[in-house]
Amino acid sequence: MPTRWIPSIKALVHGVCLLPLLKLIEMYRSGALGLMADPVNWITHFTGYWTLFLLLTTLAVTPARRLHPRLGNLVRFRRMLGLYAFFYATLHLSTYLFLFSGYDLPTVLSGVRAGHPGVVVDEWKAVWPTILDDLKKRRFIQVGIFAWVLLLALAATSPAFVLRWMGGKAWRRVHTLVYVAAASGCVHYWWLVKKGVRAPLPMTLALAALLLARVAWSARKRWRNSVANG
Amino acid sequence: MVVRRGGSLEGRIASSEITPHEAFLNRRSFVAGAAALGVGALALRQVPGLIHSGAVHAQQKLATVASKYNVPDAQTPFAKATTYNNYYEFGTDKSDPAKNAHTLQTRPWTVEVSGLVKKKQTIDIDTMMKYRPMESRVYRHRCVEAWSMVIPWDGYSLGEFISAMDPLPSAKYVQFLSDDSNKDMPDKPGGFNWPYSEGLRMDEAMNPLCLLTFGCYGEALPNQNGAPVRVVSPWKYGFKNGKSIVKIVFTDKQPHTLWNDMAANEYGFYSNVNPNVDHPRWSQAHERRIDSSTFPRTVPTLMFNGYGDQVASLYTGMDLKKNF
Ligand code: HEM
Repeated sequence: MPTRWIPSIKALVHGVCLLPLLKLIEMYRSGALGLMADPVNWITHFTGYWTLFLLLTTLAVTPARRLHPRLGNLVRFRRMLGLYAFFYATLHLSTYLFLFSGYDLPTVLSGVRAGHPGVVVDEWKAVWPTILDDLKKRRFIQVGIFAWVLLLALAATSPAFVLRWMGGKAWRRVHTLVYVAAASGCVHYWWLVKKGVRAPLPMTLALAALLLARVAWSARKRWRNSVANG
Repeated sequence: MVVRRGGSLEGRIASSEITPHEAFLNRRSFVAGAAALGVGALALRQVPGLIHSGAVHAQQKLATVASKYNVPDAQTPFAKATTYNNYYEFGTDKSDPAKNAHTLQTRPWTVEVSGLVKKKQTIDIDTMMKYRPMESRVYRHRCVEAWSMVIPWDGYSLGEFISAMDPLPSAKYVQFLSDDSNKDMPDKPGGFNWPYSEGLRMDEAMNPLCLLTFGCYGEALPNQNGAPVRVVSPWKYGFKNGKSIVKIVFTDKQPHTLWNDMAANEYGFYSNVNPNVDHPRWSQAHERRIDSSTFPRTVPTLMFNGYGDQVASLYTGMDLKKNF
């Protein structure tokens, strides 16, 4: 891919990654969300789904580059894809905290508008025990938080100056944790669906394929090295 | 948290010892309600695909009489109650049944009654519907997934039907088996022990709250809501209520039930709504009440879904944490 294309492709990737957010906003604005039976559940699932999808897309960059020498500069999009995954993960977490938990966002917003900012805290105090209970008891929540914390760490160490400061090797080692985050995301998904529901299967297979591609690549490299050195 | 008080059913029932004044009031609000429904339905019909997403059911008005079993909570709009369904035979996503249930053929339809009864028989659905006057009952409906609706169901007490079937004294349970034919449900997901099986203890089934249900919102049940006949036991989680029933079997042993087969630690035989017993994945202390607001409010879940006065006595002496 010619280097001069990169800025326009970057703009395109930004656009595509922002589409789910735009869809959410548009659904809220048009009232389509209100016609939905359980918009809280829908937003939670929508943002969770896109988080996992973008995580897998991020992971697909490296194997895709290896398909052809001219795809090498795909790596220029990897960081932004990863940051978008983190963005949606945070949106997903916020949905959990401020809607799914029982936090009464509409009442809080109208309270704030009416000049009672205290409702923000009151409402938080009311739902906090529920959230704590979830954190203590529900393993799908625990593994979700774990994945989000990993993504937070990766996002925090993503700027170029951190890379320089850490050194390429250490940085790359830390950033392989994105595989752990994606795997945790899949586990989270399996643990939250009912027994017998196979909705997480496609994503899980995709992750397995990406991991296999990675293993196969390093096996090939090792084999080549041994042939070259032998 | 702003908690919408789900006014007590008990109070409602006490006040409806029908006095002429009450009857008048009831009739007036009924007429007003019917008019509002009519206008609403007309308005909604202007928006294509809103009510009948994919022409899933043929509209059939039902003649119903008023009932004393009504909760005063704000009702869930028809469009929401008929597009957000757990009916796995038509797909595991809650939007699937509304899209896929059109394949269900509800006529001709018969229900086979067998097991421990004086006379085994097969009954035609239209005969069954006419057996007793149909009541319109507004019930709370609590899903195990921690959301809830308020739905006007149409039917009559299951107990009346059971009495007419003359079960033997040895019958301790009643099992409901749902349709699982490939003709009606060509795309059932694998991995489930079809047909859907549910059951009640005999005294639970005889409780007048337990409704043999043929319609909702004054119309024949839409396919995705379990046409042509289902059970509604409002003090239990939604999955206890078998849909599209084809067989009713009286037994002396506790019948197997589908979700209990799938995960016994998550779905007990009783599955009474109980805010003190959590599901491994969901706290059962609260529920998202789906009504006409954009974002459903979270309200506290009531023991027996608020029907304790009618049903708590069924469970005296039982440890409901063990018998969840
Ligand atoms: C990187 C981290 C995460 C990923 C990849 C992820 C992914 C997902 C996915 C794919 C779904 C299901 C979507 C669907 O059904 O289409 C989901 C649902 C959900 N997630 Fe996450 N998630 C993550 C973190 C979290 C966190 C931190 C929380 C909360 C603390 C959380 C709470 C939930 C909840 C409550 C649901 C819905 C559960 C239900 O319906 O009962 N997730 N998530």
